[in-house]
This record gives sequence, C-alpha cells and structure tokens, in this order.
Amino acid sequence: MRTSKLGLDFTKVDEAKKLAGNIADDVQKFVENYTTVSVERTLCRLIGIDGIDKNDVPLPNVVVNQLHENGATGQGVLYYIGNSMIETGLTPQQLSEKIAIGEYDLTKAKINNLDEIKAAIMPLVNEGISKIKSNVAKRNDYLTNLGEGAKPYLYVIVATGNIYEDVVQAQAAARQGADVIAVIRTTGQSLLDYVPYGATTEGFGGTFATQENFRIMRKALDEVGEEVGKYIRLCNYCSGLCMPEIAAMGALERLDVMLNDALYGILFRDINMQRTMVDQYFSRIINGFAGVIINTGEDNYLTTADAFEQAHTVLASDLINEQLALLAGMPEEQMGLGHAFEMHPDLENGFLYELAQAQMLREIFPKATPKYMPPTKFMTGNIFKGQIQNALFNEISIWTGQGIQLLGMITEAVHTPFMSDRYLAIENAQYIFNNMKNIGDEVEFKQDGIIQNRAKKVLDDAYLLLSEIEKEGLFNALEKGIFADVKRPKNGGKGLAGVVAKTENYFNPFINLMKGEQL
Amino acid sequence: MSGGLYSMDQHDFDQTLDLKNVKPYGDTMNDGKTQLSFTLPVTCNDEAIEAAKQLMKKMGFENPQVVFYKELTKGFTFFNCYGSCSHTVDFTAINVPKVESTVWDMKETDMFVKENIGRKITVIGASTGTDAHTVGIDAIMNMKGYAGHYGLERYEMFEALNMGSQVLNEDFIAKAIELNADALLVSQTVTQKDVHIKNLTELVEMLEAEGLRDKVILICGGPRISHELAKELGYDAGFSMNSYANDVASYIAQELHRRQNK
Repeated sequence: MRTSKLGLDFTKVDEAKKLAGNIADDVQKFVENYTTVSVERTLCRLIGIDGIDKNDVPLPNVVVNQLHENGATGQGVLYYIGNSMIETGLTPQQLSEKIAIGEYDLTKAKINNLDEIKAAIMPLVNEGISKIKSNVAKRNDYLTNLGEGAKPYLYVIVATGNIYEDVVQAQAAARQGADVIAVIRTTGQSLLDYVPYGATTEGFGGTFATQENFRIMRKALDEVGEEVGKYIRLCNYCSGLCMPEIAAMGALERLDVMLNDALYGILFRDINMQRTMVDQYFSRIINGFAGVIINTGEDNYLTTADAFEQAHTVLASDLINEQLALLAGMPEEQMGLGHAFEMHPDLENGFLYELAQAQMLREIFPKATPKYMPPTKFMTGNIFKGQIQNALFNEISIWTGQGIQLLGMITEAVHTPFMSDRYLAIENAQYIFNNMKNIGDEVEFKQDGIIQNRAKKVLDDAYLLLSEIEKEGLFNALEKGIFADVKRPKNGGKGLAGVVAKTENYFNPFINLMKGEQL
Repeated sequence: MSGGLYSMDQHDFDQTLDLKNVKPYGDTMNDGKTQLSFTLPVTCNDEAIEAAKQLMKKMGFENPQVVFYKELTKGFTFFNCYGSCSHTVDFTAINVPKVESTVWDMKETDMFVKENIGRKITVIGASTGTDAHTVGIDAIMNMKGYAGHYGLERYEMFEALNMGSQVLNEDFIAKAIELNADALLVSQTVTQKDVHIKNLTELVEMLEAEGLRDKVILICGGPRISHELAKELGYDAGFSMNSYANDVASYIAQELHRRQNK
C-alpha cells in the first residue's frame, strides 16, 4: 500500500502513467523504423573509430557522410564497415582514415553475405560493450570503497570555457563539498552536427564537450575524490544534434550524469522532433547501460511559461519522459526527472505550492533520482535576496528528499559563477540540509489544506493534459504548443535531413546487448 | 568586530551632503562606508589578510577591515571587507544618455499609434548569434510579457514576431526585408568575452551593407546593455534591466512618428 502525505489518489497516478505509456509507445513505433546520422556516428565511436581528418572533421562524420551522400545511411554503418573489413582486412579505424583521404568508398565494395558481415563486426561490438562494462565496474568499486555524498547530491556547474581552468574550479568545488560537477557546454554546441575533437581552452559561457575534455575532467575528479574521500560524479550534456554520440563518449569516459531530453531540444533549440526522438532512444539505451543518471529538462518550461499556472506541464512531461526512458531499458533509479523552484517570489504562499509540488513528484516517482532546479527566472542581481531564495529552495529539497540539488548561485543572471559563489551556495545547502535533516519525517500536511489541494490540482491538470496528448499523439501536441508555450512543426527545425528510414538489412546489435544486459 | 565599526572618532568629518562630492553612505553622511567581497589567489594566512587590506587601500578605502575570510580551496582565499571610500563624484556634472521618449502603457501606446501612425507597426525580435537565451526577448515580445507588463504580441497596433534564439544575423535581416519591419529588436544575454559586441556590430554592418540601416528603428537589449553602449555601436536605442514591453513600445511608436514627420 502506497502512502501519501499529500493524500494523492494513486489510482489517478496509475492512470496518468498508463496514458503516458500509450504516448511513449506511439512515439516508439515511429522511432524503431528510423536511424539518424548521429546514431550511425555513435556506432562508429562504439567500435573504436576516433580522430579527425586534415580539416578537423571527426572521422565518424567522415564515414557517415560518405554513406549519407550515397543514400546508404538506411543500411547502417555497421553493415558497410563489417563488409569492408572482410574485403580489405583493415580495421574500422584504418578504413575511416582511408576514407578521409579519399582512398576508399564503403558503398563501392563488393557485398558479402550478411551473416559473415555480422560475424566480422561482432568482436568489435563486444569490445565496445566490455569497455563500458569495465567503467561501470570501476564506478561501483569507487562507490563501494570510497563512498558518496548523501542525497540530495550537491550539483554545481563550472563554465570557464577552458577545460584546464574548469579543473581548478571543479576540484575546488569538490573540496567544498560538491557531489556532482557539471561542465556547462559552450553556447551553441547543441546545434553542431559533430562533436569537436581534443582538449579545448576557448568557449562562450561554457566549455566544449569533447571526449578528451571528458577524460581530463574525469581524471581530475577521481583525484580529488580520493582526496576528499568520496566519489565525485561528472555531468555533461547529451542533448542537441549529437545526443547518442555524446552518450557514447560519456559511457567510454565514465561520466555519471547526463542531461538527456529530446523535448528540451525540440522546444528550446528548435531541433527537429523526429531526429531527436530517434537520437534520444539510442542515447538513453547507452546511458541506461552505462549506469548514467539522466536529467530531463522540464525546469526549462518554467523559464518561459508561468511556474504556477504551468506546473502540470512539468508533471506531464516527467511522466512521458519516464515512459520513454523505460522503453530504452533505463532503470528508474537513473531517472533524474526535472522540476524547478521558479514561482514568483511575491506569490503569496508560493513556498507551500513549491513544497506541495516537490513532495508530489517524490511520491509519484518514488524510485527516481529527481533533479531539482533552483530559482533563475526571478534572480535579479540582488544577491542578498538571492541567497534567501536559494535557501527556501534548499529547504524544500531536504524536506521532500530530492535526488540531485542543482545549487542556485547568488550571481545567477549576473555572470557565470565565481569560485566564491559556489562556496556560498554549498555552504547554504549544507547548513540547511544538516539543520533540517529529518523535517520530512516529522511534519505531516493538513488534510485538504493548501498543500494537499495544490498537489491534487496539479495531478488532475496533468492527467487532463496527458489525455489530450494521448489523443493527438506527442508530435501533433508539440506542433500545437502544448509545452512551454512553444510550437514546433514536425518537419521543421534542425537536423531533419539526418533522419533516414532503416532498410531491410539494417542492424545495430548494441540495442539488444545493452537493453538485455542491464547492470 | 569591536573597535573600528563602532568607533566614534571616525565621525569627525563634514556630515553635510555635498552633491559635488558624493560618496557612499553607511549610517552617517559622508562616512564613505562600503562593503565588498573578493577572492585572492593566495593561501589563507596573516599575510593574505594584510594583502586584502593593502589592496583595499589601493582601491581608495580608508580603515579597511576584513570581517570574514575563508580559504575556498588550497591557494584561494575569500574575503568580506568593509572600508571608508575616500573618493567622491561630482553628481551635478553627470550626464547619462537616455532613451528620449515618454513611457506609456499599452493602451496609451495603441491609441497613439492608431491616431498618429494609422497602421500597425511591424516589429521583429530575436536573440541573435549563438545566444540561446530567450528570457529577455520573450519578456518584451511574448503575449504574456513579464512582471505584469504585457508583451508586444498583445498590443493591438503592433505586429510582433519573436524569432527566438540562436538566429543568424543574415536570417534576421532576411525576415526584416520579408515583413518590411519598422523596428528590429535584438536581445543579447551572453556577454562572455564580449561576444555580444561582435554580434551587435556585425548586424549594424550588415544592415548598412544592405542599405537598410536608416529604414528601420534598430534596438538592442539585455542585462548588460546600456543606451550609451547601444548608441556607440550604432543602434537607435538600448534597453537594460528593468525595461519592459511598454518602455520599448512607446519608444518605437514615438520614434516612428518623429521620423515620419521629419
């Protein structure tokens, strides 16, 4: 028997989850028939293709561009690479280097028997799988032997643009008590249809997500983790046009948390919905397999839409995201479903409404690791008031037992955080988390009071919205502007040209291996 | 904390307000009291505290006091400080360029446009370049507006198109030509490494190259943008924090009217 402090109607919750399940199934029917250029590039990376050509184009792009230009993407890159391995005796890396200098065309090679092609590629597939498995094992070792911080995890961002400077900031934050370090990506990276290569020292408002940068930061956090005696998680962003590629890079370099939300890309980056739904599916399979906690981006809805009026859209989206993640084989514990403390500070009883919603999310997704986002929209540059806004936000988090606490910065809306801003944010959270530690166990809510009624209303509204989306289908609903007041056409936005229907001999063994082998 | 902060002998200065020599106010006129915090890249020790005080003296603070310090990480020490500022400014000689228009509400602006322009004013807005932040442009343009100020989309006499974020300058101009826009609104939130300056300048240059610059009212806005900066970069007006749709709308209406009657 599930109990609710909010008097939630769990029959209604179950019905809402069923509606969300239908919505997700409908999307999945579409997704399964398609691949994308970024999915194919991901496969290149997973079988060990890395590096760049003389124009700095990543070799996975070089390979997939050749297929795409020849209209061969639908057959899948593993098919062509496997075939050419038989024909030439070369490794995928050697093949891609030849393609890069114009000396080889995958699509012109004599075609071998499909079973032989699969047999040629499978050792490399298994090698990729075991690399990721060993990263999962290493993380588990750290968690067992070194331990981790208590939930809610303290999550802070670094965003200097220079990976080496990020290391200094990240290690400082870890010493101050941070549990998760997110390296914010440079502005605009989500719209690049490739992943830049190598260590980078220039970025705007963030640092390029590259595999080398992942490696550098991973090493730095392992070092500081040993020093402070707990595992420090590393977070980056696999959203945008390279969702699954970045998921693969994260899996190979042992990232722990990834922003991973197609809806976010559709609404806020104008990425084509077909493209990103297909990309998301594979990226979540990888994240699920690699033990990576995903973060969904519902908090962003509230930066454009009103946090009080549109609270139910957050819940509805979380419910859909949960179902989409389940379809990708992701364990519930790895679902960092998003929500946020974004109501106007002048709203009477705003704290009670926020408390109700945070508690509601916890009760509806009891196994998840929800990611709670701080006030940003009404942070003004009055840093003194900002510190109080963040304190209220922290109180709700410890009260309701959130999973990941993205710490608010007093200088939100002013500049990317100073080292001291992060210190003040961590101190604020630690003070409140310790001082109010068990408040959630001690305090119950008045029956039919403001808090219970608020939760009921948000659940009711989310249910109605899901019924509507279920009738329309998610794609149509997005065209009508159902989330965040933003409308996106099904055939509009960026990246549609990279979506291709799978043809008969298409194969991607990673899907079954990763979904079948949940760790 | 005792001693300095409560010391009476610090008050032996002229306590009359002199607008030609204005300095910060703590609790007594002309006490110059200022709070500031900063981090020095040094290990936390007595020398670090002395360094903070000496730095404050160089910044023009008398009686510098370090009231809190903390080593953030090895080799970085954070300070909260107070001091009495020795500098003054001549308030009577200050001249700040401002957007020259009367601020009306939505109704007044719509009425003015109906009576004096006689047609809808077309405005397009975007957060241009790589800037992905739409908070600013949404606050000004979207139906809902911000903090009780309805956005331009709600205005009866404005045809408003919000192109969103990460709009290329060339696409922005193409849309301006297509819609024959009267006014262009550019929002810039990210200012790291002065990327906004580069982007704003590029737009002006491109408009000039197209021969469009004088045909539109060109406005930029953002938390770090001032009217003065906007003018310097070749814009007609700049709106900063605490500006709302009605500030922008009444300016556009009045400026368009002024141009039509030149």
